[in-house]
Amino acid sequence: MGLGLLASRTLRTTTILSKSPRIFASQDPSNALRSIVSTPELQNPEAAAAAQPNPTPDLPPRTPVAGARVHLPNPDDAIEVFVDGYPVKIPKGMTVLQACEVAGVDIPRFCYHSRLSIAGNCRMCLVEVEKSPKPVASCAMPALPGMKIKTDTPVAKKAREGVMEFLLMNHPLDCPICDQGGECDLQDQSMAFGSDRGRFTEMKRSVVDKNLGPLVKTVMTRCIQCTRCVRFATEVAGVQDLGMLGRGSGEEIGTYVEKLMTSELSGNVIDICPVGALTSKPFAFKARNWELKGTESIDVTDAVGSNIRIDSRGPEVMRILPRLNEDINEEWISDKTRFCYDGLKRQRLNDPMIRGPDGRFKTVSWRDALAVVAEIAHQVKPEEIVGIAGQLSDAESMMALKDFLNKMGSNNVWCEGNDMHPCADLRSGYLLNSSIGGLEKADVFLLVGTQPRVEAAMVNARIRKTVRATHAKVGYIGPATDFNYDHQHLGTGPQTLLEIAEGRHPFCSALLNAKNPAIIVGAGLFERKDKDAIFYAVETIAKLGKVVRSDWNGLNVLLRNAAQAAALDLGLVPESGKNIESAKFLYLMGADDVNLDKLPDDAFVVYQGHHGDRSVYRANVIFPASAFSEKEGTYENTEGCTQQTLPAVPTVGDARDDWKIIRALSEVAGMQLPYDTPGAIRSRIKTVAPNLLHMDERDPATFSASLKPDFCQKMSLTAFGTTVENFYMTDPITRASKIMAQCSALLLKK
Amino acid sequence: MRTTHHANVRSFRLSTRSGPFSLLHPQNLLHISSSASSSAHFPPKKMLARLASKRLLEIRQVFRQSPQTSRSLSTALNYHIDSPDNNPDVPWEFSDANKEKVKEIISHYPSNYKQSAVIPLLDLAQQQQGGWLPVSAMNAVAKVIEVAPIRVYEVATFYSMFNRSKVGKYHLLVCGTTPCMIRGSREIEDALLKHLGVKRNEVTKDGLFSVGEMECMGCCVNAPMITVADYSNGSEGYTYNYYEDVTPKRVVEIVEMLRRGEKLPPGTQNPLRTKSGPEGGNTTLLSEPKPPPCRDLDAC
Ligand code: SF4
Ligand code: FES
Ligand code: FES
Repeated sequence: MGLGLLASRTLRTTTILSKSPRIFASQDPSNALRSIVSTPELQNPEAAAAAQPNPTPDLPPRTPVAGARVHLPNPDDAIEVFVDGYPVKIPKGMTVLQACEVAGVDIPRFCYHSRLSIAGNCRMCLVEVEKSPKPVASCAMPALPGMKIKTDTPVAKKAREGVMEFLLMNHPLDCPICDQGGECDLQDQSMAFGSDRGRFTEMKRSVVDKNLGPLVKTVMTRCIQCTRCVRFATEVAGVQDLGMLGRGSGEEIGTYVEKLMTSELSGNVIDICPVGALTSKPFAFKARNWELKGTESIDVTDAVGSNIRIDSRGPEVMRILPRLNEDINEEWISDKTRFCYDGLKRQRLNDPMIRGPDGRFKTVSWRDALAVVAEIAHQVKPEEIVGIAGQLSDAESMMALKDFLNKMGSNNVWCEGNDMHPCADLRSGYLLNSSIGGLEKADVFLLVGTQPRVEAAMVNARIRKTVRATHAKVGYIGPATDFNYDHQHLGTGPQTLLEIAEGRHPFCSALLNAKNPAIIVGAGLFERKDKDAIFYAVETIAKLGKVVRSDWNGLNVLLRNAAQAAALDLGLVPESGKNIESAKFLYLMGADDVNLDKLPDDAFVVYQGHHGDRSVYRANVIFPASAFSEKEGTYENTEGCTQQTLPAVPTVGDARDDWKIIRALSEVAGMQLPYDTPGAIRSRIKTVAPNLLHMDERDPATFSASLKPDFCQKMSLTAFGTTVENFYMTDPITRASKIMAQCSALLLKK
Repeated sequence: MRTTHHANVRSFRLSTRSGPFSLLHPQNLLHISSSASSSAHFPPKKMLARLASKRLLEIRQVFRQSPQTSRSLSTALNYHIDSPDNNPDVPWEFSDANKEKVKEIISHYPSNYKQSAVIPLLDLAQQQQGGWLPVSAMNAVAKVIEVAPIRVYEVATFYSMFNRSKVGKYHLLVCGTTPCMIRGSREIEDALLKHLGVKRNEVTKDGLFSVGEMECMGCCVNAPMITVADYSNGSEGYTYNYYEDVTPKRVVEIVEMLRRGEKLPPGTQNPLRTKSGPEGGNTTLLSEPKPPPCRDLDAC
């Protein structure tokens, strides 16, 4: 509101006041100028209520706050309450605060968080309820039929103002040097609901800062004791390290004993802390949130495809935040997703380079580099040409790579992590068929050779949520590892799998009695020689436990890399084995985790990628490409949901999008690919895997796995291995990141 | 010391502020009238400034004299600092006799609510350890009730009766809540600290005594009072007695008696009072009280 408007309003009020005081008296006091002097209405809520006009019958319908949805499973269980006179139907068991949200009234809050248990300790959500003598904390109060809730009466306002004053009593006045400034709940709500002055004149308290590790910075004096972080750590992250220590004004959040927060989700406490007590350490004092440009993108550091917002300033990615997606990551992201961004600025490949005879790289122009590569590609036999797509590749570039190699006469192309013989025939054979959200319906989990906590932290969070909510049983076969929920370690290798398949294992009874059993097989098993036998055993178990039914598909594969699912959809499957051993021309599109030991010494290696990572040491030519934050690319996550990254920042140096490089190379090599726009390449993808064009949609696999031909192969008895050794460093970006290096040094210490 | 410096801060802040708000405060009113003029007029600007700088100096002085900040809590820090005799690596276990007691305590609670036993178990551990809870004892309790250690730390830091640093064989707790404070608990504490030559929460050299503060123990009618937690006889002979109506002289006597190992009767230390009755015997209800009139049907 402009000052002039304010002034004219004041004038009008005064004129009304002077002319006819009765009108003023009957007006809603909230329209009058706010003053700290208590009005008689405040002393006597009944009188105030009586003075107010009856609620008008035809109120305009309001939109629920933040997309709050009402789901009435059973119409009989619905109750009606009135929020500021506006009737809403809500299911039984909702709280007053949720009812208000449905009615389109946003209640201020600090401690309440829809995904955490209710604590009711900040009192910011006080509202007036008719016939209750005192304002009630709406977040903890169940709504009762016919309840008349009032959210903008003088009583409610005074209550909020009072709570706000108490909260600010011990809160330092350091907003100018606080990283939360501009996105702070306390700041916003004190502007909206607080008073313009406080009456506290004593000393403010101060609290010793805690060391929670390299990711979370603490300024504990700012804490308002909402205990959101404690509840998050206990309930979602599953690490019971944080607690509320002491009492009264000495109360503080801490770990009591010196302890780092060793959770793969610890970064989320930064988002849920309503004040600046917990902020991002790597982002500290780097930027103000209003200087940042947000780009809605997705994460590629694992196969989950968490929805993220990339906040950038100019050409620099400043931070990564989660975006809400109920089906994939809810509103959390893993620490790797959140903090890998500094890897985007380090060890980048800027220019095309050719390794000279002295073994050193020389910067050359694109034209020269492409010409050299095209020439050599023509010199080798077609079957000696091999292409490997890296784990961060998008669908467009993998399509281009496959098309290009096919044109050259070779079909030796695959995506790392999928190994040489992926079972790409049926989509259900490599997808998380239950869907990530669907895992919440499962009541028994059997994890085969997968450590979800490090392979896909968000899937693990889902399993943990289910285990907490329904006490679902979890059985695990694989090497001993850390779990943050109750589980039974059934065994370490195929032996146990066989026992279950033959019904000799005690866990079988749990599987048989389950309503919705879910089996999750780790993609790490793709790399085993006997994987067909293992998958056969898994399918036997699935048949035994009725895991695949028309209404429930619980047979899942948990992929590891962002590129895997799309690669299998696009048919990046090599023709023959022993590809690398006989390769003379190896095209690595960001593939850094392939074992090149067996590669013949005279092979010519082209590395196209954004980071000077492992494979660069062997490369003869380097093509600089853009990273996921700099390009538009299609990715399919482990459950088969297609999503897209969007360019947030310009790319570095002379780098280009992956598919454009291959398109240019094909032209130089005289085998021009028939597309030169993203649209054209997508129509090409449509002919191979139409599901990759259904953005933000999950295309479930149509065929169930039981159609597979029975297959028998000798199973070796070597135990399953761990797929991810170091959660924090799994791909070129995270390996280049300093923050991730710090994390692995500090947090993985045993 | 604490009150004076607070008062200083308050009057300083208010006196530098102008406007009707500051006038509302009675203390401020007093302050202005005593130091400036006798009426409720505002002192002129210059005077205010001088006043303010004077106050500031005073405050500085206060800070210089006591390095302790304004907050001095009855309990120690809310976080743990490793020391040679108190760190998570020091082994700690319930003694055999106490293991029985642990079983007995846990049997009072349903098996799925074992964690409810946290307070009695912490108490037992504290008695066994001679009055304080090393961090490894809390870890041991956490193991027994199968919760994360932090849940036990939360409880132990909440209650000031749990000492997380060493105390003497006799831990003297001075009630510092309002009724006792009005009746002179500050002097009591000063007398104790002076006599023993220690600071609050510090143990005497011989390891016999320590002084702490606690909140109201519910015998304000006999204020001021102290509590003696006696750990000299292990958890079997553990006592926790109140000594009421104490005077600075009397507490020193109590300390000396404890030192000599004498038993002294707990309760009021005022020979003129019986229990919480009035000094010098009853003054009312001297005869047999009349029954309520409605009982005596004839009388009404
Ligand atoms: S640190 Fe933040 S989230 Fe945790 S209790 Fe304090 S204000 Fe709440
Ligand atoms: S939000 Fe209701 S008490 Fe905090
Ligand atoms: S105030 Fe000391 S016992 Fe109540």
